[in-house]
Amino acid sequence: MPMVQISNVHKAFADGFEALKGASLDIHEGEILALLGPNGAGKTTLISTICGITQPTSGAITVGGHDVVTEYRGARSLVGLVPQEINLEPFERVINTVRFSRGLFGKPKDDALLERILRQLSLWDKKDNRIMELSGGMKRRVLIAKALAHEPRVLFLDEPTAGVDVELRRDMWDIVAGLKEAGVTIILTTHYIEEAEAIADRIAVINKGEILLVEEKTALMTRLGQKELRIELHDPVTELPAPLADRGLRIEEDGQVLVYTYDTTQDRTGIATLIREVSEAGLVLRDLQTRQNSLEDIFVGLVSKQEDAA
Amino acid sequence: MNWQAIRAIYVFEMSRFFRTLLQSFVSPVISTSLYFVVFGAAIGSRIDQVEGVSYGAFIVPGLIMLSVMTQAISNASFGIYFPKFIGTIYELLSAPINFLEIVLGYVGAAATKALFIGIVILGTSALFVDLTIQHPVAMLLFLVLTCLSFSLFGFIIGIWAGNFEQLQLIPLLVVTPLVFLGGSFYSISMLPPIWQTISFFNPVVYLVSGFRWSFFGLADVPIALSLLAIAGFTMLCLGIIWWIFKTGWRIRQ
Ligand SMILES: Nc1ncnc2c1ncn2[C@@H]1O[C@H](COP(=O)(O)OP(=O)(O)OP(=O)(O)O)[C@@H](O)[C@H]1O
Ligand SMILES: [Mg+2]
Repeated sequence: MPMVQISNVHKAFADGFEALKGASLDIHEGEILALLGPNGAGKTTLISTICGITQPTSGAITVGGHDVVTEYRGARSLVGLVPQEINLEPFERVINTVRFSRGLFGKPKDDALLERILRQLSLWDKKDNRIMELSGGMKRRVLIAKALAHEPRVLFLDEPTAGVDVELRRDMWDIVAGLKEAGVTIILTTHYIEEAEAIADRIAVINKGEILLVEEKTALMTRLGQKELRIELHDPVTELPAPLADRGLRIEEDGQVLVYTYDTTQDRTGIATLIREVSEAGLVLRDLQTRQNSLEDIFVGLVSKQEDAA
Repeated sequence: MNWQAIRAIYVFEMSRFFRTLLQSFVSPVISTSLYFVVFGAAIGSRIDQVEGVSYGAFIVPGLIMLSVMTQAISNASFGIYFPKFIGTIYELLSAPINFLEIVLGYVGAAATKALFIGIVILGTSALFVDLTIQHPVAMLLFLVLTCLSFSLFGFIIGIWAGNFEQLQLIPLLVVTPLVFLGGSFYSISMLPPIWQTISFFNPVVYLVSGFRWSFFGLADVPIALSLLAIAGFTMLCLGIIWWIFKTGWRIRQ
């Protein structure tokens, strides 16, 4: 059974706006799922609906087999949330807000654990500071500490690396890796696609309240992944010689480069033939380069396809 | 019951109170002293006694009630409004807790603060006038019930309020007038008949009367009616809060 099961969830806000339009998604125990989508796609709304901050208009969500509406205690006690917005009481001290989070989730006092979490997030020497005395990045770490304080089995990170420096981002991924090792299921949203590419097991793409795709990252990259072969010429050309005209080549950089796009999963990529034909046409090669399509290209492609369809 | 959660909310809320303990202690002492100077000295010199009790002592229960009610409302309404305002309410909404636990935590803390202030005022008053408390248990019961029910009421206001003005609106426009017209500083029997009748529609009259009875054995209305009024008010507030959490009104979209 999936750790989180989202079945045909609709969410209409009070103003009638439908932010989720029949979203369905299964999230497996122990995986890292990256939820990608442009601004306003419904990522935060989906997370809020799972965590109990908003109620679904229709459809069902379970966490660990517990329905989030009818068996909210069982469901919510498994879930930790690091929200997108920095919501913290400015006058409170770091250690107190973290203790508060643990208590709120019904967990007995465990200062040793809290110390470990705060140290891991480099917050230990700030534990007695007021929130308002912290920098923006530190506040984000406090949010993470609060979510980890009650030892969640499922952790939602809503854009955890927005406005965060390189070092903290690295620390954060270390923590995520550690949590994954401990068997925690992690769902994160991000606008940095290379981030999803680097750490996620699976990728889901959401746009306009619909899940457009969910797939293993590697499968996704090969399935939709295309490679480009860039052929740098010794002498620039203005147009393609006859035998190459119908090979779908692009001329770039003032005729200095020919670009050939091919599918890596196909048996015959046609590279060998192409190179022979290029020589036969009397063109002199200077250099060759290949480039794998990034997730970003795939993502932009998907979203614009939906836009075109609409 | 998630007792840990109730405790966490209570402790967190009380820590706000302890941060400003001196202020929480000094301001009721000063305001009570001022009331005694103004009412006790200025009016008390003209009104010697009310129904056999010196005027200074007579106003003590009303004075306590006035502060306890306004403090309970402002503490409880601020306590729940603030997380809503700064967004930390997300944590309450995503925690495995039910409405009763949230209410017990917030209302419990607000009521504790109000009770503390009530006791400070009682102590300060004892410095100015001779006080005898005929029914100490009933006195404490009334005090605690008032703290609780008005904290519940404040909690509702805090959830309802969409901005800081609205947060102040009900206490200012409804509660303060009701308390001042509720026989805090006079006996209802001192009013002309028509105003006596109108007064009996004021719920605060029943509370002040019952509370005063526990001090001096004097009441404007039967004591059972006072108890009924406060029990009814508590139940009404609880009912409204239950409905709020059931429907998610103004908190869960
Ligand atoms: N309380 C609300 N009332 C009405 N509409 C809302 C509300 N909250 C969000 N929306 C709308 O729902 C849509 C999805 O918002 P959501 O915050 O889920 O987007 P997102 O994918 O998290 O975007 P971002 O990447 O900018 O964080 C948006 O069009 C937004 O305007
Ligand atoms: Mg968002």
